[in-house]
Amino acid sequence: MSTTDRLVDYDELLTRYEPVIGLETHVELGTASKMFCGCSTTFGAEPNTQTCPVCLGMPGSLPVANAAAVESTIQIGLALGCSIASWSRFARKNYFYPDIPKGYQTSQFDEPLCVDGFLDVDVEGRTYRVEIERVHLEEDTGKNLHVGGATGRIHGADHSLVDFNRAGIPLVEIVTRPVPGAGALAPEVARAYVTELREIVQALGASDVRMEQGSLRCDVNISLNPTGATELGTRTETKNVNSLRSVERAVRFEMRRQAAVLDDGGRVVQETRHFHEDTGTTSSGRSKEEATDYRYFPEPDLVPLAPDADWIETLRAGLPELPAARRVRLQEEWGISGTEMTWLANAGALGLVEQTVAAGAAPGDARKWWLGDLARRANDTGVELGELAVTPVQVAQLCGLVSAGTINDKLARQVLDGVLAGQGDPAQVVEAQGLAVMGESDELVAAVEAAIAGAPDVIAKVQSGKVAALGALVGAVMKTTRGKADAPTVKRMLEERVLGS
Amino acid sequence: MSSISRDDVAHLARLARLAVTDEELDRFAGQLDQVLAAVARVGDAAVADVPPMTHAVPLTNVLRADVVAPSLSRDVVLAGAPAAEDDRFRVPRILGDAE
Repeated sequence: MSTTDRLVDYDELLTRYEPVIGLETHVELGTASKMFCGCSTTFGAEPNTQTCPVCLGMPGSLPVANAAAVESTIQIGLALGCSIASWSRFARKNYFYPDIPKGYQTSQFDEPLCVDGFLDVDVEGRTYRVEIERVHLEEDTGKNLHVGGATGRIHGADHSLVDFNRAGIPLVEIVTRPVPGAGALAPEVARAYVTELREIVQALGASDVRMEQGSLRCDVNISLNPTGATELGTRTETKNVNSLRSVERAVRFEMRRQAAVLDDGGRVVQETRHFHEDTGTTSSGRSKEEATDYRYFPEPDLVPLAPDADWIETLRAGLPELPAARRVRLQEEWGISGTEMTWLANAGALGLVEQTVAAGAAPGDARKWWLGDLARRANDTGVELGELAVTPVQVAQLCGLVSAGTINDKLARQVLDGVLAGQGDPAQVVEAQGLAVMGESDELVAAVEAAIAGAPDVIAKVQSGKVAALGALVGAVMKTTRGKADAPTVKRMLEERVLGS
Repeated sequence: MSSISRDDVAHLARLARLAVTDEELDRFAGQLDQVLAAVARVGDAAVADVPPMTHAVPLTNVLRADVVAPSLSRDVVLAGAPAAEDDRFRVPRILGDAE
């Protein structure tokens, strides 16, 4: 198993080998109904409550393709610069596995809907073009639950239980051509590609692209060539790569493992491997039962798709602003660097910052909150930024309270705590908790005068010229007012009283 | 000309999960050969200028609107299953001991 794999140091392997990567990405479309029948696609429903004779493959049932799924697929193809086929067919991919009820998966074989596109991704200041070979439409499988094994895995299980709710949900497969030339950055390029693809599909509204729920899944192909060789090395296909970080880790691990095999004079076995999230390793997924002979043939129950130019142009006209164009526009509007824009995009904060700015915040303030405090809180609690219990409008309100001088940054963090705890909008939290910054109120004047009276030694120092010593008094006042005072105001009030007279 | 070997039949039988005896392999290889030869006669037809037919009905773009329709009830669905457990279809061990 994987634990005994010898690995070559990453930097060292790059002196001898060139990686070539390729990615197959499956996107579960966000349609209301399944690909070929009217069953609901709602995630998390009770097992086997969303099936019918069509998606269970009952004899005599007839599939009819979902128009919205076909249109989403064409739009994905258009967004990736593909040619849309004027003639396209579904095909049966025949194999037996408990999660496919029909004995075949309805897929596409030699006549996919979209071909020959590309996606440019930026990594560390360089643009890499990832060529897209094809985008095709198929259906998802059911879900197996393995019983009797210690770990819930298929290995060692006594038997399995199948839920067909997912079987028949439309699935788009996006296949790249081999990507050479990424060198040391191959893992990052692979990740950047999936990240950008995810952004595009999200912008199109075609899927919720939640990797953790499996609505975006990735198979990563990797091979190594001796540096300078023209032939491609033998590739492995790593499946089950279900987070952006895992895409990067899987590429890096396979490069190191394959380098060790090649260094030892061995040959890389062309096989399917499984990625293990916990260890970041891959293991052989070979199985004697795995039939690679799918005996594809055209699906007799579905007529061909023949999108005409009018239909395609209507879909093209309906494309939203795509992520790359949007980044260029926002970068200009906000006057920030490309690097900052990359941070925002990688943090998944772009849309949130955009909405916060639209709600009236200054771009700099909006970026500061989302990339700073909020990013940290999301990270601490293990959720996506967008899942935090605070809306862009509330963040804009928070920024507004700070710029109006009602609260300072420190209080703003407390206010944010209140908002995240469900105590209402920032203004309500300020009101309820009495968090507003004190003006030169009687309370603050008293606190300042008490601090002066309580530290004659500090006053003497300050008056003898060591003005910096005043900082200790500012701290004391901030402490007695529990941070509600505005530090610059306190400093000014102290200076007036100690030095001014 | 024999185009289907015993091994081909064994391979197809395995893919289709059919248990075929040695004797049947011989018999089916011969029979399938005759079937293929019969079908191959289609290739003799003078169709050089006829575009290939891709479907028995001259239709394209038969689509349905993305609208949810009622599903079957789970009881009905599972009633047809050889075995069920926890509201799911129960299937035998997927991987054998050796794997």
